Amino acid sequence: MRIKAILLALCALFAATGPVRAAEPIRLGAVLSVTGPASFLGEPERNTIQMELDKINAAGGVLGRPVEVVILDDETDVNKAVLAVDRLIKKENVAAILGPTTSGNSLAVMGKAAAAKVPLISCSAAEKITKPVNPYIYKVAPSDRLAVARILTHAKGKGYKKLAILTVSDGFGQAGREVLKELIPAGGFEMTADEVFGPKDTDMTAQLTKIQGTSPDAVICWGTNPGPAVVAKNRVQLGITTPLYMSHGVASKKFIELAGDAAEGLLLPAGKITVAEKLPDTDLEKTQLVAYAKSYDERFKAPVSTFGGHGYDSLHLAVRAIADAGSDKPEAIRDALEKIKGFAGIGGIFTFTPEDHAGLGPDAFIMLGIEKGDWVIVGQ
Amino acid sequence: MKRPILGQNAAQAVLFFALLLAVPYGLPNEYYLSICILGSLNAVIAVGLNLLMGYAGQVSLGHAAFYGLGAYATAICTTRFGLPIPVGMAAGVTLAAAVAWIVALPTLKLKGNYLAMATLGFGIIVSIVFNEAVDLTGGPSGFVGIPRLALFGHTFESDHGYYNLMAVVLTLVVLLALNLMKSRTGRALRALHVSEKAASSLGVDIAAHKRFVFVLSAALAGLAGVLYAHYLSFIAPASFGFSFSVQLVVMVVLGGMASVWGSVAGAFFLTALPEALREFEDIDILVYGAILVLTIMYLPDGLAGGIKRLSRKLRRTGVDDARS
Repeated sequence: MRIKAILLALCALFAATGPVRAAEPIRLGAVLSVTGPASFLGEPERNTIQMELDKINAAGGVLGRPVEVVILDDETDVNKAVLAVDRLIKKENVAAILGPTTSGNSLAVMGKAAAAKVPLISCSAAEKITKPVNPYIYKVAPSDRLAVARILTHAKGKGYKKLAILTVSDGFGQAGREVLKELIPAGGFEMTADEVFGPKDTDMTAQLTKIQGTSPDAVICWGTNPGPAVVAKNRVQLGITTPLYMSHGVASKKFIELAGDAAEGLLLPAGKITVAEKLPDTDLEKTQLVAYAKSYDERFKAPVSTFGGHGYDSLHLAVRAIADAGSDKPEAIRDALEKIKGFAGIGGIFTFTPEDHAGLGPDAFIMLGIEKGDWVIVGQ
Repeated sequence: MKRPILGQNAAQAVLFFALLLAVPYGLPNEYYLSICILGSLNAVIAVGLNLLMGYAGQVSLGHAAFYGLGAYATAICTTRFGLPIPVGMAAGVTLAAAVAWIVALPTLKLKGNYLAMATLGFGIIVSIVFNEAVDLTGGPSGFVGIPRLALFGHTFESDHGYYNLMAVVLTLVVLLALNLMKSRTGRALRALHVSEKAASSLGVDIAAHKRFVFVLSAALAGLAGVLYAHYLSFIAPASFGFSFSVQLVVMVVLGGMASVWGSVAGAFFLTALPEALREFEDIDILVYGAILVLTIMYLPDGLAGGIKRLSRKLRRTGVDDARS
């Protein structure tokens, strides 16, 4: 009997959560990793899309119609992402798709969206997504190449010649390692060591000692939390004073918390949103960044992150394309996306062309240092 | 002892095949077809795993590895070496079977928890290889650009075409499993499940039988992997990790040990459930967990056992009603 009651309750819930139809809304879809290992990316993306959607609709929507986003959680699972995209295309008949959150899922679903001729604006960074260019596939997260270029420009300015790299053996670290191995020699540097650590390793003294033996001028570490925090701590324990660069993968307050005092003096490239308040007033994007950070903080009681910015950019680019096209036909949105120029988003200024569907330039990153447990801008 | 009735199996299989082919016409939307394709892929592995676990009583916590070996072998053969798809597919199944044969030599001497541990370790080793052999497998970010399946000059572009192919494959696998279990080998496997000593005293070659069923179930997992790779045209190591091995075991247990139909039901049920629960949005995982717990609590013999008990109960109440 009790089971029957539970089942009835579930049925009632099911009925209550059914979609409520407004008059002719424009339907978009989103596939985000709200749960699972990449939830630290997907959750702020989902929050941001919901928040910005409310703002867009409060301001009258687009083309005089409200906008609706069907958000599906892929649980950071490839199969679920494929099923979710299938559902958005075939069942929900969406005009465009935002996401997926992770590079692997984006690469897995790209073919489906392109075959159905539905534009997809990925929130992930991998270069393979927009290289070679697929007419229907766009991305908003800046490529690792831009972050590496930012670090190397800084290193060149300091007169460093010999660089060592230490990367994590997961998708993020692997992609970074490939770009580092290409750009370091190309930039006229000598790469003295190429060390790797596992995503769950708790001690990197062996790798650091080995790197130290090759006496580099600076070390570049590429990974996401918690590995890089361990590297920072081990570096202090070993008394190493060689400058250490981190990647944009740790550009959050969480990293400073994890690394504690060992974070002092580290350098890393990051999106401008990380230090919105500290930007000079001359920065074109400052007002917008500060406004986004403020409303996110108010609504979700959580600090803003670069990742939420990807959600912001994908949604606003799609809405802008619909407005430009004057239509919510997938083909028209695709054509309009390709013509967007100088769109100021959270991740940077987007300019798409038929040859470039990533849209960002090196100014997407600024160089930050860590001083007294807070960010300081060390180079624009 | 009843003689094996192959005719009965064939009739069941034909019925099952007709049912599978009819499913797409009953679906309100083409999106559900993708779920059915993934469900039938999982069913192929689950049926194979059930031969090993349910009938022969050997636990494997590493079956996702064979699935992955099949997928990666065909991906590498068809893209990196430019070999034709049928060659890649044959390579995938052969590799899974060959690796299983080698793994079987030392591990099948183990029993119970130790066998589970050994297969678990094997699964993790394979998963590390997928992640670290970047030049060959593409590493953690995955393997892109696997061609869609094309056989005998026909490319399976549409999901409906692919689903029909899966219906053929799954029916053949089910038929194979049903017939095998009613054969001499099947009886030997069930005997060694109950007591290895008793079985060997009756002349059953324990080692050879265990190895045979292990290799067969790995080959079926490899077959599913091959078909998965050519369906999705993208694979990543995360799909072949420990959690998928556990999910496969859950499919077999939830469906009902030692029941071929139970495994098919368990695989489809577990594949479709998370999608059906999407309506619950934020609490879908809780509902998913609750349903699994309730199923195990109230249907300890799995879905297959539950249906059997239900029909028996109905018949008995029917008899009681007639008496009163």
